[in-house]
Amino acid sequence: MPSLIDLRRRIRAVKSTQQITKAMKMIAASRLRKSQERVVNARPFAIEAMRMLRDLAARTDASSHPLLAVREEKTVLAFVLTADKGLCGSFNTNIIKAAGQAILARSNQMVMLGLIGRKGRDFFRRRGYPVAYERVNVFQHLKFEDAEDIANVAIEEYAAAKVDAVYLIYNEFKSVIQQRIVAEKLLPIPRADLNEVDAAARMDYIYEPDPATLFDRILPGHVRVQVWHALLESAAAENAARMTAMDAATKNATDMIDGLTLYMNKVRQAGITREIIEVVSGAQAL
Amino acid sequence: MSLPTHLTLEIVTPDRALVTEDVDEVQLPGTEGYLGILPGHTPLLTALRVGPLWYRKGTEKFYLSVAFGFAEVLPDRVRLLARIAERAEEIDVDRAEEHRRKAEEMLQAAKAGNTDIDLERARVSLMKALTRLQVAGRHSAHAASQAKRRN
Repeated sequence: MPSLIDLRRRIRAVKSTQQITKAMKMIAASRLRKSQERVVNARPFAIEAMRMLRDLAARTDASSHPLLAVREEKTVLAFVLTADKGLCGSFNTNIIKAAGQAILARSNQMVMLGLIGRKGRDFFRRRGYPVAYERVNVFQHLKFEDAEDIANVAIEEYAAAKVDAVYLIYNEFKSVIQQRIVAEKLLPIPRADLNEVDAAARMDYIYEPDPATLFDRILPGHVRVQVWHALLESAAAENAARMTAMDAATKNATDMIDGLTLYMNKVRQAGITREIIEVVSGAQAL
Repeated sequence: MSLPTHLTLEIVTPDRALVTEDVDEVQLPGTEGYLGILPGHTPLLTALRVGPLWYRKGTEKFYLSVAFGFAEVLPDRVRLLARIAERAEEIDVDRAEEHRRKAEEMLQAAKAGNTDIDLERARVSLMKALTRLQVAGRHSAHAASQAKRRN
């Protein structure tokens, strides 16, 4: 039976752990609010950019553009977005597992990895997967330039025909308690998206510069916006995951403290009872 | 079809929706030159370059600096997708001045034969800084003249 002092010490330790998890939960909550706001703020831009691209694609001959060319997928580049830090439940595990499965499913193809986030990088690098691109510490201060860098790598690799398709695998922020893993095709830009156009968009436009040049500029822009969107989603999902994980940890700590306190009281009472018995039987012996 | 009497101006950047307003006139920096847009303009799609933008509401003019992106003009609507856009009153003049100085130094160094420097980048950053300063300057000049008129 553990002594009273041991139990007290144990309870104190659990309590201070609980304080830490509680603080981490608060931090995650405030970060979550910020990143959620950013996702919402980025939405109008993404929607408008998509619409503009679609309209333009309908009015120009787009089939020849290198970023739309569909090739047989022999080599693919997959960007995997993980977090830089742990303590966020199954956030990283899930995404790494999903990426691993995607690689297995494409065993007859060459899969190159683009790793964003320290957790994913460490995992895949340790296991010797072919890594085409890696980047850590982007989620602390997310900037559009980061999305541009990543998108530029994707565009270059694809345009140079080094890879035949580019995918994005990331956690989408569905709700605070739920993240969904999505694998999205970044390149070639899916044609289906470009084909549905309402008639109003077919008006006669003046173009400056000419449509082909404009198209050349809009397409990479579209890729960047998609990467940016994925980064923001992943950041929001990470904070949500961390918040729920830390909330659960705080609750577990409370349960543990309750259990330990109960046990401690039992031990204390047993001690008192024993002492009384000793005193009583000592008195009787006299 | 009757001509619309005003324009709805929307300016969005990847970070936020910056402006959604009914205005009377807009001037924006297209790649092929500045475009002045009044209600009833022919549909137009243009790429943007680094430069100042202003819009007018009644007699009040508002200045912004924009960089890269696209603008779509419809008879009653102007939509701007800009990579960077800032209102004049948000511009930090000291910082812009600092950027201008740095960019000029880089260009000087490049001229002196330093090949490590990304010339294009330095040029763009100089343009951005100059635009910001210009916009901030115009804004304060405009605000001053408005104040004078009111008095």
